[in-house]
Amino acid sequence: MRSIPELDRLACEMRLHIVKMLGANKAHHFGGSLSAADLMTGVYFHAMRYDPQNPAWPERDRFVMSKGHCVPVQYAALAMLGVFPLAELATLKQLGTRLQGHPAAHLLLGIEACTGSLGQGLSFSNGMALAGRMQQRDYRLYCLMGDGETHEGQVWEAARTTAHQRLHNVTAIIDRNGLKAMDPSYTPEGLGNLAGRWAALGWVVREIDGHNMTEIVDALDWAQAEDQAPCVILASTVKGRGVSFLEGQAQYHNAALSPEQITAAVAELEARVAQMAEEQVR
Amino acid sequence: MRELYQTRFVYGEALLEAGQRYSNVVALDADLYTSTRTVLFREAFPERFVDMGIAEMDMMSTAAGMAACGLAPFVNSFAMFLTAHCYDQLRIQICYPRLHVVLAGSSAGLTQGPDGASHQSLEDIALMRALPNMTVLAPADAIETRAMTLAAASQINGPVYLRLGRYPVPNLHSADYAFELGKASWLQQGCDVALIACGHMVHASVQVAEMLREQGISASVVNMSTIKPLDVEAIETALACSRLLVTVEEHSIIGGLGSAVAEVLADRGAGVPLLRLGTRDVFGESATADELLEKHGLTPAGIRDSVLIALRD
Repeated sequence: MRSIPELDRLACEMRLHIVKMLGANKAHHFGGSLSAADLMTGVYFHAMRYDPQNPAWPERDRFVMSKGHCVPVQYAALAMLGVFPLAELATLKQLGTRLQGHPAAHLLLGIEACTGSLGQGLSFSNGMALAGRMQQRDYRLYCLMGDGETHEGQVWEAARTTAHQRLHNVTAIIDRNGLKAMDPSYTPEGLGNLAGRWAALGWVVREIDGHNMTEIVDALDWAQAEDQAPCVILASTVKGRGVSFLEGQAQYHNAALSPEQITAAVAELEARVAQMAEEQVR
Repeated sequence: MRELYQTRFVYGEALLEAGQRYSNVVALDADLYTSTRTVLFREAFPERFVDMGIAEMDMMSTAAGMAACGLAPFVNSFAMFLTAHCYDQLRIQICYPRLHVVLAGSSAGLTQGPDGASHQSLEDIALMRALPNMTVLAPADAIETRAMTLAAASQINGPVYLRLGRYPVPNLHSADYAFELGKASWLQQGCDVALIACGHMVHASVQVAEMLREQGISASVVNMSTIKPLDVEAIETALACSRLLVTVEEHSIIGGLGSAVAEVLADRGAGVPLLRLGTRDVFGESATADELLEKHGLTPAGIRDSVLIALRD
């Protein structure tokens, strides 16, 4: 069991890998990858039953990146775990790479589902949960979605199915960074009451600060213990979190950073990782 | 009088048989299980059947997740909803990673009948052919439907589209017919014209060949039941022994069997004329199956007349 400070440091390292992997002068989905780093750390380094040496283990817990454009954060997590070499992160989106711009499950062990068209990951997670039930396996499913992604109607078809089929080993996590590609995800008149929507479909809901590792770990433990309903964790986050000049900026949903910006982001994150490592030693 | 079968009914029985033979076969349906005939599987294997409610997109992605865990899901609905309504899910989550999911498209084509255009799939072959990794099958009779269903369950790697109809047809193949993926079956050998058909249009083509014989015209009848991968060799054989090729399908002439054959002819620079019979870039409408076949020139007499005109030109 890892301590909260250790998990915080891992999340910071994950952000550093994301920024380095994405690099300068190329448009990438920085914002949503960075906003999800703490949640991903909690899922992969705290909650999941997972053997990085055997990512095809049939009994493994499964994570589905439904907001497929944020797969860099999953690549970083998998590489940090040792599923594939960290050096391979630099091949992101290059010709011939296993690290496609959106997840390709048939190319890279560790990726469970092909996504990229939004709204489909929860249905896929339900399918794996149904298979687990039919095959008498007790693994759990984690599905990460964006809040903007819940505009997609299929999310709500799937949410109904999870509850209707009593797939209580499915946990949905909403990275509620409040911004989609162009504008804020929600207005009070639109989809303001996200918790109420999930609850109405038979889910139990917990709202947390998606950058507070204690709250993340508690929520994941709560979801594991809950066996009467599927759980959804609504995690309030900040797009671009961890790099001061990216935080809360919709224009970095899918944008290129200059070499100077990358240098500054790397320096900021490296300094924080070093500081956290030092604090942990103390 | 020979016994007549609807391929969608035969499929229901064959799916049950596949379930008995292969423990990884499971079925999903979207609130149509009496129509799609998965009701038989549902009764025999309730724990391996999932009624997804009226949510086809969710059903398709759910099947993908099940296939990723080693199951062989059969996804069931009317052909139009399976292919058009869930195209994105099918494309990215199933075809791209080449997952073994079987789409059983029930009540395909005009002969869906009274429900009209919304339910009459006339573009499904075109849509399915365009997807990489997809196998496209359209059985001509009961014997072939059973063989294809069992093959789809166990032998074919990756996604499969099985096009099923509700127009009754007799068996055209013998009981010992061995379906081979990508191999057309030659029902008749002629030397003037070759009729290349799929689905229940194969039976119609057999009747057309008889009518043509009365006029002194000898016709081949080729059951092109695998539309992808296409049996190019069979088309080459037909080319060698015909002065006219005719494709017959209960589908738009854009993108379906006719287009697939046309592509082969164009690739080869073949100088043999091709007559593509099917619907001509229009939607369907409500009527009985026979009225619609009549209207679109797809009865045996209608096909014969089109062939005679083309031969005269």
